[in-house]
Amino acid sequence: MTNRRNTELGLMLLVVFITAGAYVLASLGADAQIPANVVPFLLIVLGLLVGAHVAVRKLAPNADPILLPMVALLNGLGYVVIAGLNEKLAAAQASWTAIGIIGFVATLWIVKRPRDLERYRYTFALLGIVLLLLPLVPGIGKSVGGSRIWVSLGPVNFQPGEIAKVVLAIFFAAYLADQRELIATSQWKVGPFRLPDPKYLGPVLIAWGFTLVVMFYEKDLGSSLLFFTLLLVMVWVATQRTSFLVIGSGLFAGGAWFAWKSFDHVQLRVDIWLDPWKDPSGSGYQIIQGMFAMAFGGVTGTGLGLGGNVRIPAAENDFIFAVIAEELGLFGGALVIMAYMLIVGSGLRIASQAEHAFDKLLATGLSLLVGLQAFIILAGVLRVLPLTGVALPFISYGGSSLVVNYVLLALLLRISDQNVRKAQMPDAAAIVAR
Amino acid sequence: MNRNIARLGMAMVVLFLILFAKLNWIQVVDKQSLDDNPLNTAQVRRDFNRPRGSISTADGALLAQSVANPDASSEFDRMRVYPEGDLFGHVTGFFSFRFGSTGVERQYSSELSGTTFNQQVRGFSDLFVASENVGNVTLTVRKDVQQVARDSLGNRAGSVVALDPRTGEILAFWSDPSYDPNLISSLDKTVSETAWKTLNAAPGQPMRAHQYQDRYFPGSTFKVVTAGVGLESGSVTNTSPSYPFVSGYTPKNTDLAIKNFGGEICGGTLPEILKISCNSAFAEMGAETIGPVDMVAGVARWGFNDVPPIDLPDAVRSVFPTDVGNDPPKLAQSSIGQNDVQATPLEMALVAAGVANNGIIMKPHVLLEVRDSQGNVIDSYKPGSWLKPMSPLNASILREDMLGVVAGGTATGIQIPGYEVGGKTGTAQLGTTPPRSHTWMIGFAGPPGQPATVAIAVVVLDQPATNEATGGVIAAPIARAVLQAALAAQAGR
Repeated sequence: MTNRRNTELGLMLLVVFITAGAYVLASLGADAQIPANVVPFLLIVLGLLVGAHVAVRKLAPNADPILLPMVALLNGLGYVVIAGLNEKLAAAQASWTAIGIIGFVATLWIVKRPRDLERYRYTFALLGIVLLLLPLVPGIGKSVGGSRIWVSLGPVNFQPGEIAKVVLAIFFAAYLADQRELIATSQWKVGPFRLPDPKYLGPVLIAWGFTLVVMFYEKDLGSSLLFFTLLLVMVWVATQRTSFLVIGSGLFAGGAWFAWKSFDHVQLRVDIWLDPWKDPSGSGYQIIQGMFAMAFGGVTGTGLGLGGNVRIPAAENDFIFAVIAEELGLFGGALVIMAYMLIVGSGLRIASQAEHAFDKLLATGLSLLVGLQAFIILAGVLRVLPLTGVALPFISYGGSSLVVNYVLLALLLRISDQNVRKAQMPDAAAIVAR
Repeated sequence: MNRNIARLGMAMVVLFLILFAKLNWIQVVDKQSLDDNPLNTAQVRRDFNRPRGSISTADGALLAQSVANPDASSEFDRMRVYPEGDLFGHVTGFFSFRFGSTGVERQYSSELSGTTFNQQVRGFSDLFVASENVGNVTLTVRKDVQQVARDSLGNRAGSVVALDPRTGEILAFWSDPSYDPNLISSLDKTVSETAWKTLNAAPGQPMRAHQYQDRYFPGSTFKVVTAGVGLESGSVTNTSPSYPFVSGYTPKNTDLAIKNFGGEICGGTLPEILKISCNSAFAEMGAETIGPVDMVAGVARWGFNDVPPIDLPDAVRSVFPTDVGNDPPKLAQSSIGQNDVQATPLEMALVAAGVANNGIIMKPHVLLEVRDSQGNVIDSYKPGSWLKPMSPLNASILREDMLGVVAGGTATGIQIPGYEVGGKTGTAQLGTTPPRSHTWMIGFAGPPGQPATVAIAVVVLDQPATNEATGGVIAAPIARAVLQAALAAQAGR
């Protein structure tokens, strides 16, 4: 399937061109001059992206050709916008991109078959729980901006929760692939309701309980919402029982109500969402400034490098979409939204083409992680939902998120590559199946 | 499982479409109200932080420029300063992040910030040159002439408008009271707001550009317009009619006579009645010789009841009553610049300019040219005519008559040796106890036998005045000094 790889190479070169062009335009917009480091910049971007492409060509030659270029485009766009906001952060983001691509290549190299991961399901479960609990450990855990989600080990600062997302998705997929028949057919009669037997759901519920408790403890509502929805949807896809969705939604509503009742910070988020204008220079400041910025951009935007007319707190992270929508307007904002739709669409297509339940569920879970995380933060910025701070995948500034998402991408491509390889060798697959 | 995966895909599409719809709402539907929200400082901040060109006079004085904000902690990188203070406040206007902008700052904002189409195209071809894409604006006004206008008006309220009748270039544009744009344009919210409140409460409304935003009774200077309309209508020439020598004129439908100043007896042909500013004769000329229809149509050709096309924002029109058809007393009073006639100083300067420029009134303007940061001219004002109230022949007749007023009439005070000077005085009575008047002088001057190079209107407001000579006494020295300064500046150019 060299066709696929040539398509990918063409798209990657296009992305290199777009990113370098955007970088030059942003510098022209901000300082009216060509950036001095444009040649090294071009070479680095070219090196990183073509490097990633060559790795795919070698290690996963049959993988989907759209995903990597799409991710690279978002990463490049994010870099250009971050560079316009803060040059120091941009330098760090460039390093994280390099580390992310190294992680991407390493994952493709280490994980030769997706099912290699299935074997270590309980290791992953344990790892996920440890990672989630890590920020609560005195001495290494750190509270930043009201959320205790950071871990500081010597010179290295990272958000273990980001890693936990992928690790737990792997565990969920493995567990559900194994037990889904039992869960689907088991019955536990409670009055008129026929519920699944809790004993088969036990490990999943325990893991989910951990995430929930820890997330509330760490005050990271966005991630909590993400985990809950991830688990619920994966169970629903695995068992094909809609009752799970209904029960889950009920659980969610109850949990949300309880959280709203019990936690001041949850109540505050909801109040801001309902009426940010009540305290426009205080609690509502960030969301209002974000809307001002997007409105100011209008349909066509102010132009790259010409944004920043509105000072938005956390513009390089949670609110980076507001800056993109300001500089590139409705066109740029729509482009970002469409990119996520394409990534989720490609990921789910990979899931539906996969043969094994584990591959299907893992691809579904990973696609959902990206799509859902993007939705949660975009909905917060656009005031469709209460704002819960999570990173915008591949765009926001932040090392942990970027590196983990590149690993996630490698896993998706690994599953995609295997789908096609099996389809090409039906006999061999049949033999293996027997 | 595939069916649920497909459903999941559909659900995600719906979720993202909701985001897209909300994005449309914010960026398109609700854009205007968000942009207009008083808490939203995006536009102002962009304008303030964007490089902005300088404003200079024709003789090289710097009127406005953007400099680095010394306060590094401020959210603004630049601040706007006006080195000449209140001398050109009404011309440059202010550029405030709280109160918007006025004057040239508003009129030529795109040129100053380099965002006109021309500048953008040029900027695109200059991509590889490290330069700011701003426009530096040079105005037609001159600091040397403006300073003379200010000094000679002194601390009396009034206006001085001097322009080149051949092109419409405004040379001096002064009015008192004026204001200092530095304070309102201050980045300090308190300074800016205090200045705004103080100036709005100050007597005489210093922030109004009285030169073209305020109207006054033009008094006898309006007789030039009446004479011009009469000449152009064909019913008046230099030799006929000869108006009766009387102390007052009593229009139809009334017993109240329009009296000459001090009850003097005057009359005669146009050159004679203009020279001594004979009220009874001009009242009869407007009310009977010309008549209401030709009078109303005629003054419109001089720019009354119309906004002059000056390149400054918020110009006002000068007014002449149009309901004079069955009201001979009103028409008679209006014909000598009383009753409901009101004119801006700019309009009266344009009247003098039209006479001096062969009956053609050029568009008044303050922009000379726009230069890029390397000093290349990228745009310049193309002069054009606004109105043609008179034929060249009639204009030359009226011009001669106005020269006569200066040579041996009420306006001898603006004679300048070595130049041909024409003019007309005006004393618009405001009340009789105590007698107070707006005192006027309009006129033009140029080298002998050549088209006039300067036209002027001067009004000094609310002066103690008893007779027609007052205009000549109070306004004439100002007009003369400014004409001389402008002529000297032109000679040196």
